[in-house]
Amino acid sequence: MDKFQTTSEITGERIKQYLAQGKRFDGRKLDELRKIEIEVGVSKKAEGSCRVRIGKTEVIVGIKMGIGTPYADSPNKGNLMTTAELTPLSSPRFEPGPPRFEAIELSRVIDRGIRESKVIDFEKLCIKEGEKVWTIFIDIYSINNDGNLMDAAGIGAIIALKNARFPKYDEKNEQIVFGELTDKKLPLSDNIPIAITAHKIGDNIIIDPTQEEEDLSEARVTIGFSDGIISSIQKGNSAPLSFEEMEKILEIVKKSWKNIFKKIEKFLE
Amino acid sequence: MATENKRKVVIPGEVIAKGDDFLPGEGTEKTDQGIIALRFGLAEEINKLIKVIPLSGVYKPRRGNIVIGKVENITFNGWVIDINAPENAFLSLTEVPRYVNKNGLDEFMDIGDMVVAKIWSINKRGIDLSLKSRGLGKIDEGLIVKINPHKVPRIIGREGSMINLIKNKTRCNITVGQNGFIWIKGETIDDELFSKKAILFIAERSYLSGLTEEVEKWFEQNKEKTK
Amino acid sequence: MAAKEFKRPDGRKLDEMRPISAKVGVIPSADGSAMWKQGDTIAIAAVHGPKKMHPQHQQDPSTGQLRCNYNLMSFSVSDRARPGKNRRSQEIDKIIEWALEPVLLIKDFPNMVIDVTIQIIQADAGTRCAGINAAALALAHAGIPMKGMVSSVALGKLDKTLVVDLNKAEEDFEEGEGATDIPISMISDGKITHIQLDGKITPTQLKEVMKMAKKACKEIYEIQKKALKESLEVKKNG
Repeated sequence: MDKFQTTSEITGERIKQYLAQGKRFDGRKLDELRKIEIEVGVSKKAEGSCRVRIGKTEVIVGIKMGIGTPYADSPNKGNLMTTAELTPLSSPRFEPGPPRFEAIELSRVIDRGIRESKVIDFEKLCIKEGEKVWTIFIDIYSINNDGNLMDAAGIGAIIALKNARFPKYDEKNEQIVFGELTDKKLPLSDNIPIAITAHKIGDNIIIDPTQEEEDLSEARVTIGFSDGIISSIQKGNSAPLSFEEMEKILEIVKKSWKNIFKKIEKFLE
Repeated sequence: MATENKRKVVIPGEVIAKGDDFLPGEGTEKTDQGIIALRFGLAEEINKLIKVIPLSGVYKPRRGNIVIGKVENITFNGWVIDINAPENAFLSLTEVPRYVNKNGLDEFMDIGDMVVAKIWSINKRGIDLSLKSRGLGKIDEGLIVKINPHKVPRIIGREGSMINLIKNKTRCNITVGQNGFIWIKGETIDDELFSKKAILFIAERSYLSGLTEEVEKWFEQNKEKTK
Repeated sequence: MAAKEFKRPDGRKLDEMRPISAKVGVIPSADGSAMWKQGDTIAIAAVHGPKKMHPQHQQDPSTGQLRCNYNLMSFSVSDRARPGKNRRSQEIDKIIEWALEPVLLIKDFPNMVIDVTIQIIQADAGTRCAGINAAALALAHAGIPMKGMVSSVALGKLDKTLVVDLNKAEEDFEEGEGATDIPISMISDGKITHIQLDGKITPTQLKEVMKMAKKACKEIYEIQKKALKESLEVKKNG
């Protein structure tokens, strides 16, 4: 890989020195997010979709509904499948080809955050017990990577779910009539899971890193959080975290959830 | 300036001038329809010669260029340097103007270190760098900013007017590599970031005429932000 | 003639394209990028390079190379498309390369590759044409030397009537002789760099189709030109 695409060591030193003064290159506080911009309904063919921009980072998330068979151990529950493509569109670091580890991890972390928060009532996705259930597909595409794709994807996933409507279902032929959406929303509770990732750089903890900052991340923790309840955690990268650091991360995540929720609230109705 | 006013944005294939009065220069071609642009950029006519100044594209190394690069590998007799070109460049031990222990090349420059160097030769074997000139050498500390290499001339300005303006206003030392990498070193990180901001402001507007005025205005508006 | 009576489902004139919007510079991290929206079809394209070709055995010391990667987003079509490459998208990759290569002046980039990535956000017929239009914009935006632009449009025959720029409903038209789909790409000087056809048509009709394509591509070229020039008009103050 072209080494020039990563933050140079001397710039990295400056970023760390500045963090130690409690400051970041773009003027943000350590626990401050970049500007979030959201647009819903960006793909008419999807049952639900949105574009999320955090600073210059951009993802598009779409929801498709399908008919599947339930798992044997949950015959009255629908299915959820989450995929992520880190497209070569979005960064010279992403090559075409089968999904790399980053894409697999991203989709799994987002999937767990959604699933475990119980925001989706899977029983309401049952069409015929043991035979036919709805499957929700959440597909995430990176459009531009300037750091923190994870949190952009997580916000995109929950907003796209909220934006989605069931397609028309032909009960006689037991199939979906595509191209016609009903008014019926997906069975979602008011528990809004938001994935928030904190990064350890030197002795500092920050959220929402730019690409330049993310390159310096020694460890990261993504927490799926919904109003006071943690439903998923993923620690990434090999640097260990002290007890105090983990406590600090929890504080920042708690605060950030409220912040982000306020900013995206109007897209969750 | 009179010549700047004649600049016009053109796209590939666009006819810039018709008839036999003009000569096709860099980035253009003469066809049956007239002189056409061979890339997206600014068309400029000076003494009947038409050329297109590109606004984007990759860095093409040229002999004599000052570049900023990153040490990618160390061999038995020198350093392999990434200079933001498709080919890596090589800095031979013999092109370092001081004694370096042959068994300890990494003590002088290690992998990941950044260096200001000059291209002294380009041939079939590759690009050769030298440190044997004033202002060249390993970068100890500061900020590295990346811009498109085609915007470098605007950052430097006529006879260095633009870069001197930035240096004066931000009190930083600035070294501009022709390959689009710029090294800023100042008293404080705030000064360096102010410099970086000014450079990015210019890079984003490199196609404007009367840019110096715009930049002076920008400094006027942003001066309170520095200490 | 029966053709005069023919009414298009969305009320367009026979030689009328769907509304088009284009924007250059939509992906900041790319060397060049553009969005092309034609009716309900939306394509985005990004260019990275020229850069060293990997894997090394694909390097060509005599010239630079173009490598295209076209992809439908899974939710861009009614019935979810499985993410990743399939036979269709692999063929389209090559078609797009052939359509664009003739204008590229990349001999001077030995062993290098220019990567063009195209993502279709919303598909309503003509996705490869929208992709080519976006890609041509992105290549110019990236500063790649080119002797002209490439403009692309899908022509069609619905029953016996020739029309320009099919949408999905027209592509699925089944009355009479049904639908014939003819995507065509042209250089600004009128040379054809890409033509495909699925259906049934006479050589005489095809000649007419080519004339219609030339006119439509000219309109597309003007939109491409405007989009590129507008990309430089934003930042006077700010």
